Amino acid sequence: MSFVEYSDFIQDGDIAIIYLGHDSTMPVKVQQGAQTQTRYGVIRHSTDLIGQRYGSKVTCSKGGWVHVLHPTPELWTVSLPHRTQILYTTDIATVTMMLELKPGSVVCESGTGSGSLSHAILRTIAPTGHLHTVEFHQQRAEKVAEEFKEHRVDHLVTVRNQDVCKDGFGVTGVADAVFLDIPSPWEAVGHAKAAMKKQGGRVCSFSPCIEQVQRTCEALADQGFEEISTMEVLLRVHDVRTVTLPLPDFGPDPSARPDITEEAPPTSAPNHASVALKTTTPPREIPGHTGYLTFATKPRT
Amino acid sequence: MADNVDDDSQYRIKEGDYVVLKRGDIFKAMQIQPRKKVIFEKQWFHLDNAVGHLYSTTFEIVSGGTLQPQTLKDPESSNDAKEAGTDNRNIVDDGKSQKLTRDDIETLKEKGLKDQEIIQQLIENSSTFRDKTKYAQDKYIKKKKKKYGNTVTILKPSCRILAMMYHGREPGKICHLRYDTLAQMLTLANIHAGSKVLVFETCAGLVLGAVMERMGGYGSVIQMYPGGGPVRAGVESFGFAAHFHDMLHEFPICHVNALLAGTLDTTAKDPSADEKQSNMTAEEEQNQPEAEQQGSPEEQSMETNTGNDTDQDQEKKEKEKRKEAKAQEKKVKLEEKRKKLAAAASLLEGRNADGLVIASRFHPCPVLMGLLKFLSPSRPFVVYSQYKEPLIECYTKLKEHGGTVNLRLTDTWLRHYQVLPNRTHPLLLMSGGGGYLLSGTTVATERSKPAGSQRAEEPAPKRLKLTDTEG
Repeated sequence: MSFVEYSDFIQDGDIAIIYLGHDSTMPVKVQQGAQTQTRYGVIRHSTDLIGQRYGSKVTCSKGGWVHVLHPTPELWTVSLPHRTQILYTTDIATVTMMLELKPGSVVCESGTGSGSLSHAILRTIAPTGHLHTVEFHQQRAEKVAEEFKEHRVDHLVTVRNQDVCKDGFGVTGVADAVFLDIPSPWEAVGHAKAAMKKQGGRVCSFSPCIEQVQRTCEALADQGFEEISTMEVLLRVHDVRTVTLPLPDFGPDPSARPDITEEAPPTSAPNHASVALKTTTPPREIPGHTGYLTFATKPRT
Repeated sequence: MADNVDDDSQYRIKEGDYVVLKRGDIFKAMQIQPRKKVIFEKQWFHLDNAVGHLYSTTFEIVSGGTLQPQTLKDPESSNDAKEAGTDNRNIVDDGKSQKLTRDDIETLKEKGLKDQEIIQQLIENSSTFRDKTKYAQDKYIKKKKKKYGNTVTILKPSCRILAMMYHGREPGKICHLRYDTLAQMLTLANIHAGSKVLVFETCAGLVLGAVMERMGGYGSVIQMYPGGGPVRAGVESFGFAAHFHDMLHEFPICHVNALLAGTLDTTAKDPSADEKQSNMTAEEEQNQPEAEQQGSPEEQSMETNTGNDTDQDQEKKEKEKRKEAKAQEKKVKLEEKRKKLAAAASLLEGRNADGLVIASRFHPCPVLMGLLKFLSPSRPFVVYSQYKEPLIECYTKLKEHGGTVNLRLTDTWLRHYQVLPNRTHPLLLMSGGGGYLLSGTTVATERSKPAGSQRAEEPAPKRLKLTDTEG
């Protein structure tokens, strides 16, 4: 297993994703002899995981069962331990396309945070690209570097523990793309430009507040960036349901022939007809805002 | 890692390159061909002069339709307005503020004036310009620039640019797939180098091209296609290096059942050959058996040597030769097609694909149910549909059928912003919808179906509470 390469069977040392059912997942580090507790009972790694095929159903001690899934950046995003606020798949997908990332891209990122976006970038730029990621918080930088090793992607990434606004990205003239998710991105725009190839490239900044966006756009324009464009992407989930709509009873209709109403699922009162239909309902609450994504192109210098 | 080698060759426009022309938010994809007349945004020109220049160069269109690199930086912020009003209380719309007539402007254009010069003239001859607020002046200039612009930027194609281009120009051709939705698809399907991905699309090849770009030439893509052959106009526009096409395979969807049943025969004559008669002319068909009876080349040459040299004979021989060549060519083509089919079939037979992407005008349900069988367990799939209802059907069917988890029916909502000092707000127009996605992950199917799913994800319909209010 690796986050950038599929494999069929679970091995000792892998990270596996336990899918417990609707929107509920947990990551597990597979180790000979280890056990994992779930709400459906215990999973014994040696017998239940190691040597099994990814995607198998595992029956736990209490008789309940779970599925073991191959890790992907998207599953990691919904199951990783949060050390910061993270970027979710909807924004990640937009960033990946609008930064024109592909195998071989060299990317700079700051801050690394919990590594949610980093894993997605690594997946996209493997096997020949490289990620230079900068995190000013020492423990977080160490923790994420450790995760990259565990996930077998450390050959594709360099983690630097420094302040990007003061010290930049630690590389110059190499990046095809730069991503900023820091409180004051406008202070890092100059460093972003320096990190990028002279032939040009793409830059993106993620900010929750519009004032941050304004200052960043100004800095980008001052530094000669072109095609500056700000957008917001929100995910809408549609829950599939069968709903039953009762039909009103107008009392007996003398002019009609014996009426033929559609008998939907039998209801408690047989004289009340109703119609069942498949539809979708929105969840009661959805994220109304994550952040603004500002993209720009660095021209050739 | 730093490429200190000053090698710009890959950044320069070459003849035969596929490029994208850009002006403002308008894109157009094309190939650089010598002396080819190009029409873009109501202006025609030749691209010959662009060859050798760097990508992302902005050119001016000068008279005669030739391009020359832009010399002046555009006066975006040149409006250090000498004068500006504070509000519009005294601005009256009498339709007489512009002193230049339409004819005057045409004359200026014919003189070959640069767009900036024309705009300058318009400003000087506008009686109200000085009274407008600074913001209104900016807006005025922007509008005129859009109208009289005669510049064009030449870009290297990418998924971002082409997806935006298609969505803006020909949304019908790509089933109204908006670019942010395409971005979600590529991510949800975990498309990356080294995997084996199935694609079924009728989006002019845009989705296929996007998948190929993300795979960078590593791994394999099998395009399942309906009808007589795959449509790949969009793939062309990406201008992929030749080796990208080595990873691309194709398989006709009409053979899926045979392949699954194990009755597909790719060893002997291509079984699809009989079906492909639609694209053979009847004449060719009649010639086919004849052509095959034509003996070996030696026999051929003997024949030609014994003939007498009348013109008629010559003609006849010529004709026969041509026939022969044609038949030969067709044989080779058929053989190639058979080989391709066999190669794709052998990739599919393992039923161990790593990902599935569907985006077509067909009903997604049968497509999904048919193609999911080719995936390994624990692999992501994503289905696009312009409409929500067919995906509801897919969702229901998958739930009944089992073999998948983490099913989600989603769409994305996209909003662009104008960000300017003191003038920041969402753009006045936004896209109404960019289609819907159903995504999920395959899991190992069991021999025996569990009696009653332990955790039905759809809540049971509430029992209707009916209070009898009668009598």
